Amino acid sequence: MPNMPNTTAAAPDVDCKSLARDLRVDIIRMIEAAGSGHPGGSLSIIDILTVLYWKFLKHDPKKPDWPERDRFILSKGHACPALYAVMAKRGYFDKSLLSTLRKLDSPLQGHPDRLRLPGIEFSTGSLGQGLSVGVGMAYAAKLDKNAARTYVVLGDGEMQEGQNWEAFMSAPKFGLDNLVAIVDHNGGQIDGQVHDVMDLEPLADKLRAFNWDVQTVDGHDDAAVEKALAAAQKSGGKPHALVAKTIKGKGVSFMEGNIGWHGKAPNKDEADKAVAEILNGK
Amino acid sequence: MASKGTRDSFGEALLDLGSKNQNVVVLDADLSKSTMTLAFAKKFPERHMELGIAEQNMVGVAAGLALSGKIPVLTSFACFVAGRVEPIRVAAAYNQTNMKIVGTHAGIGIGEDGTSQMGLEDVAAMRALPHMTVLQPADEAETKQVVSWMLSHQGPVYLRLTRQKMLDVHSASYIWQLGKIDVIFEPAKKPAKYQATIVASGGPVTGAMEAAKSLEAKGFSVRVANASSLAPFDDDAIARFAADSQRIVTVEDHNVNGGLGSAVCEAAAERGLGVPVVRLGLRTFGESATPEQLYEKYGLAAASIMSACLKNL
Repeated sequence: MPNMPNTTAAAPDVDCKSLARDLRVDIIRMIEAAGSGHPGGSLSIIDILTVLYWKFLKHDPKKPDWPERDRFILSKGHACPALYAVMAKRGYFDKSLLSTLRKLDSPLQGHPDRLRLPGIEFSTGSLGQGLSVGVGMAYAAKLDKNAARTYVVLGDGEMQEGQNWEAFMSAPKFGLDNLVAIVDHNGGQIDGQVHDVMDLEPLADKLRAFNWDVQTVDGHDDAAVEKALAAAQKSGGKPHALVAKTIKGKGVSFMEGNIGWHGKAPNKDEADKAVAEILNGK
Repeated sequence: MASKGTRDSFGEALLDLGSKNQNVVVLDADLSKSTMTLAFAKKFPERHMELGIAEQNMVGVAAGLALSGKIPVLTSFACFVAGRVEPIRVAAAYNQTNMKIVGTHAGIGIGEDGTSQMGLEDVAAMRALPHMTVLQPADEAETKQVVSWMLSHQGPVYLRLTRQKMLDVHSASYIWQLGKIDVIFEPAKKPAKYQATIVASGGPVTGAMEAAKSLEAKGFSVRVANASSLAPFDDDAIARFAADSQRIVTVEDHNVNGGLGSAVCEAAAERGLGVPVVRLGLRTFGESATPEQLYEKYGLAAASIMSACLKNL
């Protein structure tokens, strides 16, 4: 076909582990330079995003509005440093832009802005809205007989928003088996542990009860994530959910599981220490 | 003369234009029989999404459809759909998606169902959002043109419609224009200065016409203008009215704060026009009664409009 963009076919040779390690460094340096931002939730989703963007997403960084592309929505928009790191590495923009995060006139807003940064499908940041948008995109793809799939990454704290449950209720009605919701279940939110703030359990059972095809997966095991996403490609009328068990701040010992790092930037010393740990493959 | 509710005209226009434009997708939240989208839903089931009683999800789904090239038209009662201000703020306005939000059952004009079903602050909320076009047509001819424009316009639109029947105030040759206030009644003799110019929108337009005609019979010169475009707003028209009228009377079936009355005051103040503005509209919630009783009680009927045109300021 002429003018067919370079799509990302599955790339079995890509080493997601080493890629994710580099991207973790980018996340830390980006937030350090910005002086504010959300390292905890960015580090918890980076392995998932790496597998998605290198092994599953059909997209073309040079043609972000390609109609046949798969859609990706980061509903937990505050974790955008992870997405920006991935997009830079994937070629959506030059890596030098990462240091402009949260600065005046930067396309890298504190939460993703689709009108400032091509490749962002929906401007998020107000929690609870991304999955509804994904339902609309998946339905449009069905109407158009477009094979594009829609992926939405949600936070677990975000699951407390009622709109998510409306969206989870609606997708099976329309047989949206082209929709994949991935819940980053890192267990933490600003006011404390999710199970203390407002417990979600049994989360996977709840989603099953909403008629979704549900898998639980270790969100830091790239092979397991790959396998789960592969299983989520099947049709059959049901939308797919992955409950990804993750660790907030994963990869940096002093951030792991520490709510204090939900929305705090590391200073230079902390960032150096974090980067050294990441590169040592801790 | 009395024709139909603007919701009825909307339903007809949607069926007609939706047949011609395959990108139109209609979304409902269990009120398709009331918002008049049922005919479209029956004729084009695959382009209709019944989302149940879950308006905020409907707003998000509409954004997803719009970002995939569809023209989603989502409907509910004005209070229920425009009440989801924050999802609309993000998914419609901030993302600048091409969704058409239709709120029917505007104001106390719905009558017996009472306050919880009355959209009374929706215009204020929608006017405050950047990129949002806010429209309230007055009769069948205007509604059909507005729906046609809305579907061809790229960007979020809030369309406010009535349940009650509306007087036909436009001629067959009327051409609607975005951002223009049109004069729908002039006294037979043009005065040097009008006692008042009534600027009305939506439900009370019918009563404003009646008031101006009664006043003319009594020897007063009052004209009536219809403000169907609430955002963008026709500040120039307000300047013209200020120059040749002793006062401007605004009438709306909505809270006076943030709606038409506010828009007129903002235009007058920003331009230093120095014209008195009498604002008729709600300053509280409504209640249950017939629409006619409520329009009388809350000062939106012809008698109240007449006294607002003449009372000492």
